[in-house]
Amino acid sequence: MSAASLVAELVAAFRAEGRIVIVGASLAGLRAAEALRERGFRGKLTVIGDEPHEPYDRPPLSKQVLEGWVHPDHTRLPRRRAVNADWRLGVAATGLDRVNRQVLLANGDKVDYDRLLIATGVRARPWINPREAALEGVFTVRTCDDATRLQAALHAGPRRVLIIGSGFIGSEMASVCCKLGLPVTVTERADGPLVGALGGVIGDIAARMQRDAGVDLRTGVAVEALEADDGGHVRQARLSDGATLDVDVVVASLGSIRNVEWLEGAGLASGFWGVGCDAGCRAFDINGVVTDNIFVAGDIARAPHVLYEYQFISMEHWDNAVSGAQVAANNMINLETERCPHLPLPMFWSAQFGVNIKGVGVCSFGDEIVFTQGSPCERRFAAAYGRQGRIVGAVTFDHGKWLDYYSALIERSAPFPPPPPGYDQPAGATPIPARFPDPRVPTEIPTVVLTGHDPTTRGAEFRRRS
Amino acid sequence: MRIVVDLNKCLGYAQCVPLAPDVLKLLGDEALAYDPNPDESQRQRVLRAAAACPVQAIIVETYTPAEGDPM
Repeated sequence: MSAASLVAELVAAFRAEGRIVIVGASLAGLRAAEALRERGFRGKLTVIGDEPHEPYDRPPLSKQVLEGWVHPDHTRLPRRRAVNADWRLGVAATGLDRVNRQVLLANGDKVDYDRLLIATGVRARPWINPREAALEGVFTVRTCDDATRLQAALHAGPRRVLIIGSGFIGSEMASVCCKLGLPVTVTERADGPLVGALGGVIGDIAARMQRDAGVDLRTGVAVEALEADDGGHVRQARLSDGATLDVDVVVASLGSIRNVEWLEGAGLASGFWGVGCDAGCRAFDINGVVTDNIFVAGDIARAPHVLYEYQFISMEHWDNAVSGAQVAANNMINLETERCPHLPLPMFWSAQFGVNIKGVGVCSFGDEIVFTQGSPCERRFAAAYGRQGRIVGAVTFDHGKWLDYYSALIERSAPFPPPPPGYDQPAGATPIPARFPDPRVPTEIPTVVLTGHDPTTRGAEFRRRS
Repeated sequence: MRIVVDLNKCLGYAQCVPLAPDVLKLLGDEALAYDPNPDESQRQRVLRAAAACPVQAIIVETYTPAEGDPM
């Protein structure tokens, strides 16, 4: 028997009898399970999730659900086919034994795998002070259960809501509060809302939008302490500029933490950034060597992107979870020549204050911005981001129909400023600095060090910052 | 019934809104909001709305797991 036919037989056997475990039962986990069956995997499939709920959609949680229009339990994701999996819901994975190919669960069970998909995503970053974070009336929103509790608190008629942080989710929640007629304060350490993702120029526009809607937006300010009444319910917030606020509901909207703790000691390139993988979704080990049987998809995946100088980029975008899951599933059950790359053009959206914000590319990779269409004053416009003479991203406010035009330019690294689309151009459109935060600010990112004294024992390890 | 709208694809044409106004609505000029779990009585309306979408962004469940069984 030739080597090629032997390999073909092994692949056929794996598809018929292999064991695949997916850790993470949200959007990426579900779509990967469906894609595996779609593409002919007939073996044993196990899906592990720490939440008791079957996979649900998260974007409605900060909008329709908080508003009270949609019940929190009504966001279960539509199914596209039967997946015939063994669903282990409500039990978290706590460890990975790569030598014996087993996932360890919180209840003591061990699940054997031949191939593993890591899709454990991210969780909400809690308020920095754990004692204050545990007070009644202090929330984060990531899960369906979070949204249920916050929705009830908002509809109980609080005197004032404080939202800490004004990224997309924080801004969307502020918008909902306005809609519900609740007094709301937003504090933001940066110069304006959405600055991390879209820069200060767009941040100024977003700030005006919030203030016009009645949000008490305070920029360049941090929350120093949350104070409670005798019953342990938050009642007051002290700010870094000396102000105090009487509040009954506080929502920490401080971004996310990647769910990598369960991988500690497994020797994968996992840490603060997520899990490193190649463009085919194969995980790297800690030394940067690609693994053969461990794959990564969704928010937790961090892969080099050809359009962005091969920088490792993780994307917490809905589309990235779906397309990453499909590519990972394909590559898990195919040989090298049938494998495909995951090279998404990042796309995101946000609905807030009656405006549809959509974007493509990695805007924060650019350092210049130019308004290309519409009117920034009227909050109906398109703007492009550039770096070194190439377009790298674009954002639209109520101009979504033009997004494809910019996507095509970004995909072929077209010149920046981009050629005018021939319609609706603002006067005097010249590039200006986009004003992203200085990337040199120190962070809590751990250090990686090389260990071993000779080439045969050489390896890498993470050292946490203390 | 379960639906999800791929809001990356959705460009706010709003062809769907008048066909199933209890399920799909516009916030402002082009941001679409939807009820992901509309009542079964809305099925025909939702299917018509999904068919009318110029970019086919409305995904309607094509497989329903059995009661109490998330498989």
